[in-house]
Amino acid sequence: MSVRIIPRLDIKGPNLVKGVHLEGLRVLGKPEAFARCYYEQGADELLYMDVVASLYGRHNLLDIVARTSKEIFIPLTVGGGLRTLDDIRKVLCAGADKVSLNTAAIREPELIRQAAHRFGSSTIVVSVEAIKKSDGRYEAYTDNGRQETGRDAVAWAVEAAALGAGELLVTSIDREGTGRGFDVELTRQIADAVSIPVIACGGAGSVQHVCDVVAEGHANAVCLASVLHYHTVRHHEVVGDFSAEGNVEYLTKRRGGFLSIHVATLPEIRDAMRSGGIPCREVDYA
Amino acid sequence: MPEGVGPRQVVGRVAIVDYGMGNLFSVKHACEAVGLSAAITSSSEQIVSANAVILPGVGAFGDAMEALRRLDLISPLRDAAVSGAPLMGICLGMQLLMSESEEFGRHKGLGIIEGDVVRLAVSTEQGRVLKVPHIGWNRIERQARSWDGSLLEGLTDGSAMYFVHSFYLRPVDPRVVLSVTRYGSTTFCSTLQQDHVFASQYHPERSGPLGLRMYRRLAARITAPSHEVQHAEVSDP
Repeated sequence: MSVRIIPRLDIKGPNLVKGVHLEGLRVLGKPEAFARCYYEQGADELLYMDVVASLYGRHNLLDIVARTSKEIFIPLTVGGGLRTLDDIRKVLCAGADKVSLNTAAIREPELIRQAAHRFGSSTIVVSVEAIKKSDGRYEAYTDNGRQETGRDAVAWAVEAAALGAGELLVTSIDREGTGRGFDVELTRQIADAVSIPVIACGGAGSVQHVCDVVAEGHANAVCLASVLHYHTVRHHEVVGDFSAEGNVEYLTKRRGGFLSIHVATLPEIRDAMRSGGIPCREVDYA
Repeated sequence: MPEGVGPRQVVGRVAIVDYGMGNLFSVKHACEAVGLSAAITSSSEQIVSANAVILPGVGAFGDAMEALRRLDLISPLRDAAVSGAPLMGICLGMQLLMSESEEFGRHKGLGIIEGDVVRLAVSTEQGRVLKVPHIGWNRIERQARSWDGSLLEGLTDGSAMYFVHSFYLRPVDPRVVLSVTRYGSTTFCSTLQQDHVFASQYHPERSGPLGLRMYRRLAARITAPSHEVQHAEVSDP
């Protein structure tokens, strides 16, 4: 069974953005252009995360989802600010295949059960965003890492699985955007505690990190952002017309970036994973 | 250029059966990408008069059958199976074609294909736990039956397709099986065909360019009489 590689595209308004610890968002381009590029490179799925919707209650993602779904024929998961069954229905009607829930689910866990019943478990991904506390425990956070909940992240993951989640997206906020590697321990604690698949997210800075979180963290899939996006920005002339809204300094000056991120393409990542003994999909379309 | 993008000619009328279970829009988008005109519908008139019927779906078997019963769609679907127009079941839609399922108690299915639906077991492979649901890309392997003339014609044996499921089906007649897929200790039927009824456990509309080829085959089947389709060239743009 192959390990899935899922490009994660954080979206703010019309733009693809990338931050560190889910903050300090930097505009990288148009999400649809990146999505097309990753589809052609053989991405196994795509994840769109509306990173401000949860804070301001905005729902401007639907147009981007609809445009993407019409030209990209791999599963598309959409998250960010989904609070009700009707919010979920709208995103699915725009063409998403799955939704990711965090803030609303932890406030009202019954939403997971209702959503799984109405739309099918396999449609419901519960996103667990965790920060490691000084005593070594992991605490679940909401609102893109701004709001602590007092809940143990592993216990919450187990409850979410029992309520009917089809998969768990496990993000280390400590590692997110840093390129220091996934939090292998967090991933393993949750993956070993549940019988549903776990997607590791946050911190990938190299292909070795991917191999580590699969071999030692028992992840069934990995989300990648900086590793892919900064390669795409540097090596592709056209990343779509980005809106001048937001922090566009990186794009206009092409300065900055992180020394800790070793950028790569999806084919390069698959080759390296196979060399490390990790099965991934054979993509036989050019 | 991704497959399916570009100028298109709309042919055929496909009825995508809407019974309130799961996302039908990716199926519609895939139909449109290969030039098929597709309507999401729960009207029995539209289903029986369509050039092809697609029965998609995710969720629980019992709820799905209950929804089909409530919408009076069971007879129209059984009629569609023998009408000569292609009927394509996808994922839960494939399982619903069977006689019965053991999902959360025993439930009768549409009974179009003889056999039952049972739960996947969690197993291990090379030290790794294979979880349930089975989510992700896995290979479809040809059985005794040739893929020529089926929706799989032109695909390489072992092609990877996208799966999301916790149950699998066990057809009584091995001759309906076009492909099997291995997941840990379980080998299950992943594609079947019986006359004009075709079904896949995976999602062709989410299986990239290879999955879209199956939709292109469906389009060719609709626009040409079946005996011509056997040898028709279906080219990718």
